[in-house]
Amino acid sequence: MKLPPKIKDDIKDATANLNVAQKKIVQDMVEKKYARMRVQAGECVGILSAESIGEPGTQMTLNTFHFAGVAEMNVTVGLPRLIEILDGRKSISTPNMEVYLQPPYNKGKDIKKIANEIKEIKMSELISEISLNIADSSLELSLDKAILEDLELDSKTVKTLLTKKLKAGFKAELAEEFLIIVRLSEKTKDLKELYRLKETIKGVYVKGVKGVTQVLPIKKGDEFIIITAGSNFKAILKLDYVDPIRTVTNDIFQIEEVLGIEAARSAIINEAYKVIQEQGLNVDIRHLMLVADTMCVNGKVKGITRYGIIREKTSVLARASFETPLRHIFNAAKIGEEDVLNSVVENVMINQPVPIGTGLPGLVTKVK
Amino acid sequence: MIASPVFKKIDKIVFNALSPQMIKKMSSAKVVTPELYDKEGYPVDGGLMDVRLGVIDPGLRCATCGSRLKECPGHFGHISLARPVIHVKYIRTILSFLRGTCQECSHALMDEKKAKRYIKELADLRQIKPDIYWDKVRKVMAEMTKQTKCPHCNAKQNHVVLEKPTTFVEKETQLRISPIEIRSRFEKIPDEDCELFGLNAESLRPEWMVLTILAIPPVTARPSITLESGERSEDDLTHKLGDIVRINQRLFENINAGAPEIIIEDLWDLLQYHVTTFFDNNISQVPPARHRSGQPLKTLSERIKSKEGRVRRNLAGKRTNYSGRTVISPDPMLELFEVGVPMDMGTVLTVPEIVTEWNLEYLKKFIERGPKEYPGANYVIRPDGKKKKITEETKETAMEELEPGYIVERHIMDGDVALFNRQPSLHRMSMMAHRIKMLKYKTLRLNPAVCHPYNADFDGDEMNLHIPQTEEARAEAELLLSVKNHLISPRYGLSIIGCVQDALAGNYLLTRSDMKMPFNEAVSLLNNSNVTDFSGLPNKDTVTGKEVFSALLPPDFSFTGESKAIDLGETGKEVLIRKGKLTKGVMDSNNLGQGAGMMLRKLHEMYGPNTTIIILGNIFKLGIQMLMKRGFTIALSDMDLPKKVRDGINAALDGAEEDVDNLINSFHAGELKALPGRSRNETLELKIMERLNAARDETGNIVAENADPKSHTMIMAISGARGKLLNLAQIAGSVGQQALRGQRISGGFKGRTLSCFKEGSLTPASRGFIKSSFSGGMRPDEFFFQAITGRDSLMDTALRTPKSGYLYRRLSNAMQDLKVEYDNTVRDVSKKIIQFRYGEDSIDVSKSEGGKLDIAPILEEVQR
Repeated sequence: MKLPPKIKDDIKDATANLNVAQKKIVQDMVEKKYARMRVQAGECVGILSAESIGEPGTQMTLNTFHFAGVAEMNVTVGLPRLIEILDGRKSISTPNMEVYLQPPYNKGKDIKKIANEIKEIKMSELISEISLNIADSSLELSLDKAILEDLELDSKTVKTLLTKKLKAGFKAELAEEFLIIVRLSEKTKDLKELYRLKETIKGVYVKGVKGVTQVLPIKKGDEFIIITAGSNFKAILKLDYVDPIRTVTNDIFQIEEVLGIEAARSAIINEAYKVIQEQGLNVDIRHLMLVADTMCVNGKVKGITRYGIIREKTSVLARASFETPLRHIFNAAKIGEEDVLNSVVENVMINQPVPIGTGLPGLVTKVK
Repeated sequence: MIASPVFKKIDKIVFNALSPQMIKKMSSAKVVTPELYDKEGYPVDGGLMDVRLGVIDPGLRCATCGSRLKECPGHFGHISLARPVIHVKYIRTILSFLRGTCQECSHALMDEKKAKRYIKELADLRQIKPDIYWDKVRKVMAEMTKQTKCPHCNAKQNHVVLEKPTTFVEKETQLRISPIEIRSRFEKIPDEDCELFGLNAESLRPEWMVLTILAIPPVTARPSITLESGERSEDDLTHKLGDIVRINQRLFENINAGAPEIIIEDLWDLLQYHVTTFFDNNISQVPPARHRSGQPLKTLSERIKSKEGRVRRNLAGKRTNYSGRTVISPDPMLELFEVGVPMDMGTVLTVPEIVTEWNLEYLKKFIERGPKEYPGANYVIRPDGKKKKITEETKETAMEELEPGYIVERHIMDGDVALFNRQPSLHRMSMMAHRIKMLKYKTLRLNPAVCHPYNADFDGDEMNLHIPQTEEARAEAELLLSVKNHLISPRYGLSIIGCVQDALAGNYLLTRSDMKMPFNEAVSLLNNSNVTDFSGLPNKDTVTGKEVFSALLPPDFSFTGESKAIDLGETGKEVLIRKGKLTKGVMDSNNLGQGAGMMLRKLHEMYGPNTTIIILGNIFKLGIQMLMKRGFTIALSDMDLPKKVRDGINAALDGAEEDVDNLINSFHAGELKALPGRSRNETLELKIMERLNAARDETGNIVAENADPKSHTMIMAISGARGKLLNLAQIAGSVGQQALRGQRISGGFKGRTLSCFKEGSLTPASRGFIKSSFSGGMRPDEFFFQAITGRDSLMDTALRTPKSGYLYRRLSNAMQDLKVEYDNTVRDVSKKIIQFRYGEDSIDVSKSEGGKLDIAPILEEVQR
């Protein structure tokens, strides 16, 4: 019998200092044991996994946040997080990244500086005051000198950044060293526009990695890593001081986008496993693997919702028994859909044995 | 054996809409009058309760099939509508058709070439990727809707808008498109063009969406109930249909009488309303039809939809006979695989037993005892399927006619198989097969060791008992569902059934090295625990507890493990069993308990489930007998601490308080430096929490060190039977910090938690630190803080249950038909491969050791 690679390696390691005859015995015994442990054909592994994840769900805590540092940098854990992962939500409530660094930075070189470079800086952070000049219909932005110096920026670059983002009809100019004036051009003299502009200016991106709202360098083991609130996996991997192999995000969709579906599958398993472990529960990883595989089997992460993988079921009745039965039945009537009754619920509905486990094998016999 | 061995099997179900022709064809009666019954209470011909539609009265015969009540399945009828009416459930599709087909020639607004291409594309999509079929249809429809000119006849297209709920209006002309107009337009649409709208013309022609004839559900689908007063109360559907018939008749009359158009229009709209609410009484912008009492009618959609609807209530879930339910209570003297059944259930629940030549006389005795005397029988089933109740009167005849081939439904007896279940059935261990043991008194009894898989306790829990009725069911129950097959959890591959409570404490005390007893006492202890083989006991005058325990183990059993507790006079936690003898260590929750139970796992691995369940049962009983012999009770004095110790605790708490005060002072003085990445406030909070946690640990340690290890409270905590050291610390030492959302309690009043504190106070006491102990009693403010966290945790539980329940439902719905195929792949129903190898190594978790294949014991054996 073919043993799984992991067990083969285990045997190899464990029997390193045994003689050939003993090695043979060990090999035989492990094979026998493995044969006993194998799943039987027809085993309803899907239900088993669903039960194994659903049952401890009742024991998980709700609304507990786990602080990774600053108050804004908390991470959703427990049941809400598990639901979020399995839903396959596009935007998660607390995205964060663990950024590993290349040597020599991982030993603490310039760690503060790097952390600040990763953090997204918006215009509002540079401006100490915005005043609205109604007579002139202009906005006067006074920049904070200290912050500018800290971030190694000068007023000119800020001005050019601002000009790029402005809509037609506005003009930005550098009045004094640290004062930028934004004017409405003659045609569109609407004060409302100015108010709206004020808000857009505040949100103009200046530098750093978009989406990263907080950074926190911490020491993990014997190296420094940076934990971020907010996640932008694609951008962070492009930075040359970041170790792209170990850096991770908890946003499964970003992982799918950047690294592909297999990575996303691993991410689902890891994230879900982490949640369950943190709660002190014991669920075998095989169950999570099966859930992750079901979610990813079509090459795209699909959530376990009526819009996700349940919609893709081939059986009308199976879909109807989950949610919105009427919609499924009416749509089925439109195209004359057939239900070949080979999954579980349909057969429950019509009182026939389900094709799973002992319901699977048929017996052919002659009837006299 | 079975009367009819050939079963009919439903091969597939095809979903189609009913065509008007079909409705007429299957209709057995045309309904023309809203009246239901005549003066004698007999159903009116041509009424909604017409006997041709089926019968619901005992005594009447169905006019269509001639059968009586319960035999006649009911038959459909029909109403021909005076004017066509739109089917609300297809309103969106009708709109798409109106927009996407030409208003003159009724062709799809798309040139032929393109249409052909799309039709083929859609047909392929349905075969290959049915999940995105509807998305594609929507796209194609959008393309047609955009056209303003017919590519076939060049006619200009007006934009059609839907005026909710059921009127269509041409935007340019503001004219209503009447259902008659819609129908005549749709009749001309070619079959192929329907495909572009996601419609198969054979299953649903577009004009069928405008109803000219309405199918009437059989009477049996809407039975009336007779009230105590003899008054009849009709079903909601009958009420609704009555409205439809009434308006329909009026509309007919008015049309025939040549009434003004406006009156006819009004009646037509009313008919539309009634037909709409007949299908769905929950449409937005349609006032729901109501009973006279004001409660909305439950019409067709409501019958199918939601948790209480037909699909989830009656189709996906079913009710069974041969089952019972009552309160449970514990009985440690039962075996793990037994269930104690009260006598009252015994005379109701039955097992069908087939009469053969060999058991004829045996079964006659059951009939002779009848339905009241236990063990008797309730029914006799003749070979032709006729079921006869056994009463005092029919006893004699039943016994006389009994011959091989008959079936006797005899009362359940000891040893029969039963399925035992507790809701919520969250995993497969929530329903296991037990052997019946008839007992007196009125509750179902189970061994407390099997509480854990059921998640049961005895504070009033009820459980269900089902009796399998066929040989196949009994065989499956025995082989797959019996308790012994569920000792190992498929969730984590470790023992889920283990010793609990008294059994743990008892075995701990027994296996501790200070336990010695005379030989005869040991024998009586074992005898009381159902052990009859005393050969495992050494032939000495005094035996140790370990030797008594070892008598239960198989003689060749070896095990190395670790315990939670430390044996007296030992330093390590090692547990050693060599050749069936416990030589070192104590037995506690680590080796015997549920969820961990390493020794149990090893036993299971070596000797299989049958032996393990017997040994586990014996160990369990031995533990309890041990406690019964020794005596075990806890007292409040267990929690008393000497004055010196209490002073120590107070000193520790005072020290913490002082440190916190210093922290607060340095914070106010501005001396406290913020930790990196945090504000000064947060830093202060963190430091305070850190210090207070340290204080709690300190008091916990003091209590643990000074508590009497011989006290029974400590024995419970040490052996893992019940309670943790933390609980003891809270009772004797200090309750500690109450945390809300991971922080100290804050808020309430402005800047303070309670009015007895100073505003802005950050002291431990004002932020939920409870210095007192439970035994010493709390101050009112402390009590309040405890109530806060208590309430919070209650709310958490209440809010969590439905959330996790929904997650579970989704998971099981999504994955219910994944199974392992013979080639070891995991596939779904459409044979799509989900995993090439289950869990990447094909290991069944419930057969693994904690999810792994452990080669260490094999190595040990080989090297020995």
